[in-house]
Amino acid sequence: MTIITPAGERKDAYTLIETADEAAPAPARPLVPLTLLGAIETPAAPFGLLVENDADIAEIARHFGAVDLIAVVFPAFADGRGFSLAKRLRREGFEGTLRAKGPLIADQFADALACGFDEVDIPDTMANRQPVQQWLEMKDSMSVHYQTGFGEGQSILQQRIAARRGPDA
Amino acid sequence: MYRYDEFDERFVRERVEQFRTQVSRRLDGSLSEDEFKPLRLKNGLYLQLHAYMLRIAVPYGTMSARQLRQLARIAREYDKGYAHFTTRQNLQFNWPKLKDIPAILDLLADVEMHAIQTSGNCIRNTTADQFSGVAADESEDPRPTAELLRQWSSQHPEFVWLPRKFKIAVTGAQHDRAAILVHDIGLKLKRNDAGEPGYELSVGGGLGRTPMIGKIIRDFLPKDELLAYVEAIMRVYNAEGRRDNKFKARVKILVHETGTEEFKARVEAEYAKLDGPTINAPQEEIDRIAAYFAAPDYEDLPATSLTLEQARKSDKGLDRFVAQNGFAHKQPGYIALTISLKPVGGVPGDMSADQMDAFADIADAYSLGELRVTHSQNLVLPYVKQDDVPALYADLKRHGLATANAGLVTDIIACPGLDYCSLATAKSIPIAQEIARTFADEDRQQAIGELPIKISGCINACGHHHVGAIGILGLEKGGRENYQITVGGDATEHAAVGERLGPGIDADDVPGAVEVLVETYLSEKQGAETFIETVRRTGVEPFKASFTGFIEARASAQEAAE
Repeated sequence: MTIITPAGERKDAYTLIETADEAAPAPARPLVPLTLLGAIETPAAPFGLLVENDADIAEIARHFGAVDLIAVVFPAFADGRGFSLAKRLRREGFEGTLRAKGPLIADQFADALACGFDEVDIPDTMANRQPVQQWLEMKDSMSVHYQTGFGEGQSILQQRIAARRGPDA
Repeated sequence: MYRYDEFDERFVRERVEQFRTQVSRRLDGSLSEDEFKPLRLKNGLYLQLHAYMLRIAVPYGTMSARQLRQLARIAREYDKGYAHFTTRQNLQFNWPKLKDIPAILDLLADVEMHAIQTSGNCIRNTTADQFSGVAADESEDPRPTAELLRQWSSQHPEFVWLPRKFKIAVTGAQHDRAAILVHDIGLKLKRNDAGEPGYELSVGGGLGRTPMIGKIIRDFLPKDELLAYVEAIMRVYNAEGRRDNKFKARVKILVHETGTEEFKARVEAEYAKLDGPTINAPQEEIDRIAAYFAAPDYEDLPATSLTLEQARKSDKGLDRFVAQNGFAHKQPGYIALTISLKPVGGVPGDMSADQMDAFADIADAYSLGELRVTHSQNLVLPYVKQDDVPALYADLKRHGLATANAGLVTDIIACPGLDYCSLATAKSIPIAQEIARTFADEDRQQAIGELPIKISGCINACGHHHVGAIGILGLEKGGRENYQITVGGDATEHAAVGERLGPGIDADDVPGAVEVLVETYLSEKQGAETFIETVRRTGVEPFKASFTGFIEARASAQEAAE
């Protein structure tokens, strides 16, 4: 798996736990599926939480205090549910790292970041076809956006008003 | 009409460059074919039966003469010299080459046009009443709303990977010409009791395999809350819409399976959590957009033009044209004119490059350089002085654009069907042509009156057959094309899905069946009733009976022949 952030590729500090057996003893930074949490001894905080894209927000939010990373599963790149889940997790107050995990494509990087993700975790086969450089280029392929409340910087609607008021306003 | 500012311009230019990169990343193998497909679709590029097809967005059907000239140029240089207007008020080129697409997009950007989100599982071109801003029965202009939605929905970070496509339509008139009740979201501009502007909002209408009429989930949404409320709807749909079956993925199925009340409750719950003011467009921006749609400087003219009145008396063709294709204008002395792209024997919605150039000149000369595309695949000249109509009519005639059949039995909507489309199961265009030939006589058409016929070449219903007063659906049955006939469909404020009359029939029998249905109407008709009004009163039974009689007569005739 390859982790790509807006600053480039980086090492994964988390270890995915897929079964209850793998949880004992827990590795230093476990990434625990939400569905497994009740079945194992809760790891020491902070740990990572892996959630499906249709997981219940309230259930995830219960763990905000103990969790410093949430990885949202993208079962396929064209399944956009994760974008809305990210938006809702940020709205519920999650301030840790938000990761999109699955076969996303570089063309979705800017959108993922705009919806609140900090990084993507893609299969190595994908990273071989679309190396980090492509992700960084596609991230910057559009310099303007219309939607207020998404992404960094002002939306076009806000920029228009700022331009009209002039530099002194 | 709306003009791009520096931001719109930069947005569209960067999108062209982005697509150019995507094409080259497909060619060097970075993107697989499966990954590239939705990316090209989101930029309007389809792979059809014989070639690529590029669908150009015509926002809410509004276009300038300058834009039409550029489209004519593209048709000539990069296609086979013609273009096709669609039921989404857009325009399609049916024969462009993949390598030419970025160059075509550059030419479009030069005239403030693009192909963004004309396909794919995202929010499509927002449509509106083709007589926006000029209709006598309009209470408020829907174009500023449609333009705001165009901008807001363009490359929305959260809503470009929806379960399925998503269509929004807006109307501000008494009579709904935008078919809002068969859209994923329908918006009707209205005022509340305090006189404040807002919308009546419906969700979950649609055609396709499972036709549904939209359900009203908000009687009144204050106008300045639009974007936040639509965002709430889109988020609920994006999170909960079905993704296990593409034929059940539209929001209409979610609304249907969840129940209107429960769906509404979920939208309202999401809406309650949103920070509206940070999402909605500021009033300043709404006003800025609205200013582009201010009424032009009309001349002060008498309500009726003596010039036109006299010319009509001496020219029967002109008289018929004005009576049939003229539309009541809110400004005295002016008229809006429908320009039919349905000449008898022609391909519904097709226009040659030469006609496009000629029509651009006509729009410049007689309609302040502006035209509209209708969802029934015709054009409109919105700002015509009645005094000018005789000269305008002569110009239209010269270019084969004076067909006086707006709304009549020969003004047929047809999808591209088996002639172009890879999804089609049957021909569509040739059926429309045969029906038009059968009813070619202008006096007969006029006697029959308003009769929307709509033809789809497969169950995806791009030809809107469900909402045709007479609907025709072409399927394939046992290796033969087979056509199902429905009656009673309606796309207006009386929205209804047509009812099937009986078993499917052969292509050759379709014109005859339509004639039988027309005869039934003429014998059942009371007073000045139109076809659909008669069906609404009598129900489909008399039509079913005559259709059954027609099938039996055909069967026994065939038996005798064998």
